[in-house]
Amino acid sequence: MLKYLFAKNEDIPSGSAAVFFGFSSIVWFVIGTGLGSFNAAKLAFPDFVTGNEWFAFGHMRQVHVMAVIFGWISMAFAMAMMYITPALGNTKLWSEKLGLWNCFLWNVGLVLGLTILWAGITSGREYSDFPWPIDLYLATFVFIPLGINVWMTIINRRTQGIYTTNWFFAAAIFMVIIVFLVGNSPEFFHLTGLTEAYLTWWFAHNVLGLWITPVAAAIAYYTIPKVTGNPLYSHRIGHLHFWSVVVFYSTPAAHHLMSAPLPEWLKSFASVEGVLILVPAIAFVSNIMLTMQGKWYMFVENIEVRFTVTGCLMAIPLNMQGGFQQTRAINWYIHGTGWIVAHAHLALLGFSTFLEAAAVYFGLQTILNRKLYSITLANLHFWLLLIGFTVYWVSMTIAGLIQGAGKIYEVPYIDVVIAEHPYMIARWLGGSMVFSGNVMWLYNMWMTARKGTVIPQGRMAHELAYER
Amino acid sequence: MAGFREYKIGSRLFALALGGSMTITLFLPSINIASVSSTDVALTKQLAIGHETGFNLDDPLMLGRNKPIGVSLKTDPKSGQPLPNAMEVYVYEAGTSFPAGILHPRILGEGIEQLSVQQGHIGDAKKDTGAVFTLDKGTYQGKQATFINNLTATKGWTPADVMRVAKDADVSDAGKGKTMFVREGCWWCHTLLPEETQDWQVFGAPPMLGDFNGESPTAFGSDRKAPDLLHVGSRNSSREWLMMHFFNPRLVQPHSIMPRFDYLWGDKDADGKKIDFDKWRAEYNDYREGRRVTPPDVPSYAKDSEIRSLIDFMLSLK
Repeated sequence: MLKYLFAKNEDIPSGSAAVFFGFSSIVWFVIGTGLGSFNAAKLAFPDFVTGNEWFAFGHMRQVHVMAVIFGWISMAFAMAMMYITPALGNTKLWSEKLGLWNCFLWNVGLVLGLTILWAGITSGREYSDFPWPIDLYLATFVFIPLGINVWMTIINRRTQGIYTTNWFFAAAIFMVIIVFLVGNSPEFFHLTGLTEAYLTWWFAHNVLGLWITPVAAAIAYYTIPKVTGNPLYSHRIGHLHFWSVVVFYSTPAAHHLMSAPLPEWLKSFASVEGVLILVPAIAFVSNIMLTMQGKWYMFVENIEVRFTVTGCLMAIPLNMQGGFQQTRAINWYIHGTGWIVAHAHLALLGFSTFLEAAAVYFGLQTILNRKLYSITLANLHFWLLLIGFTVYWVSMTIAGLIQGAGKIYEVPYIDVVIAEHPYMIARWLGGSMVFSGNVMWLYNMWMTARKGTVIPQGRMAHELAYER
Repeated sequence: MAGFREYKIGSRLFALALGGSMTITLFLPSINIASVSSTDVALTKQLAIGHETGFNLDDPLMLGRNKPIGVSLKTDPKSGQPLPNAMEVYVYEAGTSFPAGILHPRILGEGIEQLSVQQGHIGDAKKDTGAVFTLDKGTYQGKQATFINNLTATKGWTPADVMRVAKDADVSDAGKGKTMFVREGCWWCHTLLPEETQDWQVFGAPPMLGDFNGESPTAFGSDRKAPDLLHVGSRNSSREWLMMHFFNPRLVQPHSIMPRFDYLWGDKDADGKKIDFDKWRAEYNDYREGRRVTPPDVPSYAKDSEIRSLIDFMLSLK
């Protein structure tokens, strides 16, 4: 890949950027989940690797979060954009070279940012932990070039309309750039106090709600129709999904601070808007489920469909939680507990990861023109992810309910810590399963690139039988 | 944008939706938040902690540089006479960045701003010579208000004067300590936000709207895995307990899952002797496995160590 950085654009094979992004994202997924598993071990066994700044929980926790958000999830998004946007516009990517540079600078920036974060040099703001020079780097060399490539590809499309997936891609990159620049303004301009606290959560909410959730959903709008061969059930429902994300889901940032001193009208407004997440959620899930009509056997037989549909099914509990847990009636009980940690993993490791994994599986086979090396490993990957995640989610939800009870009954905190111990061990086991599944995935995709059966001209990967 | 031509209505609606959402969620709250006056808590925190405790160019490696020193002043630095009551003053030595409220008095709130500028002369504070601040009471339009007094301008006390008469036991490095709090990620488990609907009995009163003016980062924390610390200094003010707890939390609380922060001691202890961590850990393991009756003693920390500042910060959280 690196040799193409200085090649002429027309000499770079189509799909190179997507392949570079695809493998980068899997490597970051392995790193990110490995760090997650390590951190979880420290919560279960506090003297596991101890007394060293570089392996202290407080130094590593944010590295895990940023590695999975900006390494795995966002790079998998970029990978999907690099091949789906041109495919849906019946054209080529506007610039493969820009895509390759984008990926290269992304990896460099992330290594730099995470190293700095690991050393403890942080803005001290959750989700916008990177110091502001790194934020500016990410905006300039990561999101803006990505946006230019996607927008120019859509503008130069050879189809009349723009398909649902591409509206989401184009709009979400635009929104994430705004969110990055506005959400980090406390660091750029040294805004302090409640402004800083509120903008921290304005960023955190919107980077999830206007970047991760819509792009993940957009990917499913491509994968399911493409692999099943069914047209999308309804473009109208797609419209409803898109507009309700932009109108409703860009507003509930304050619901992350329901117990903090913020203007009460803002909290009430955010809370009501937060319930309206159910509108895009129901639109999205029903649209995908109805698109599956007559092709449900593929949920069993086909790995991409299985990943995507599982991710969509997880969107149901995700949004039921998300819509209601932020109302005052429920939030007072579960705020700041493991429940929220479980919910965040349901969003990122459940819902969105499963949709992206499908896009990476499908995209790499299509671009490399190679059939998946081993369905056995892919099945193992799927089940390790699903079971590992479920163990994690169930144990953290229970731990959160224990914490909530401890909180409202004002139990001495150490008793809560003792009560949570078994769930911390379960959390670590679940996380380790996810990590080992990802190691297998990396091996499987590497072997697909090296040894996968070549797909004949005019055929699609899923039309060929699995061999291993 | 030729390619988006057929999407004229859509693009405009998109701009309207996103612009409307940002108006409601950013512009309108900013009017409310900007009108919040600083409480005494916010004024004290600003002076004690200084300009910024997250990443900043004055302290890029987050070593706790460029931070004020809190002094509980018992002697008049000019006359050398004992003061009737100890005064809490905050020493900004030459080159130390001033907090947001000194740089932008508008954020202090009505009354506090006018008093601080007119009576406290905070506008005269100069970064290159440093300044000494304290909190004083004054009257603004018939109402009592706390304001920031620049003692360097009003009494002629320079940072050097104050530091000359300050004893080490009266000095607090809470500003450096907050940097440690942020750098070491204490806030990933310990919140600084007792919640409004519960938490009152154990963790104390939730903060008020005006408790944060000038503070950055606020580091509320969101994922509480350990006790809230906003008022920890009121619950536990023992330096010895905190020292043992930071060195190895299991010494004082066997069920704690907190990491050990022994590395914040640095190389040398209070007497300048090298700390033998390997020996300590070996002896501690012997204790844990029942081969020793008592755990090894925790080395006392040097007065300029990182742990000292972190303990100072803990004790400042009243």
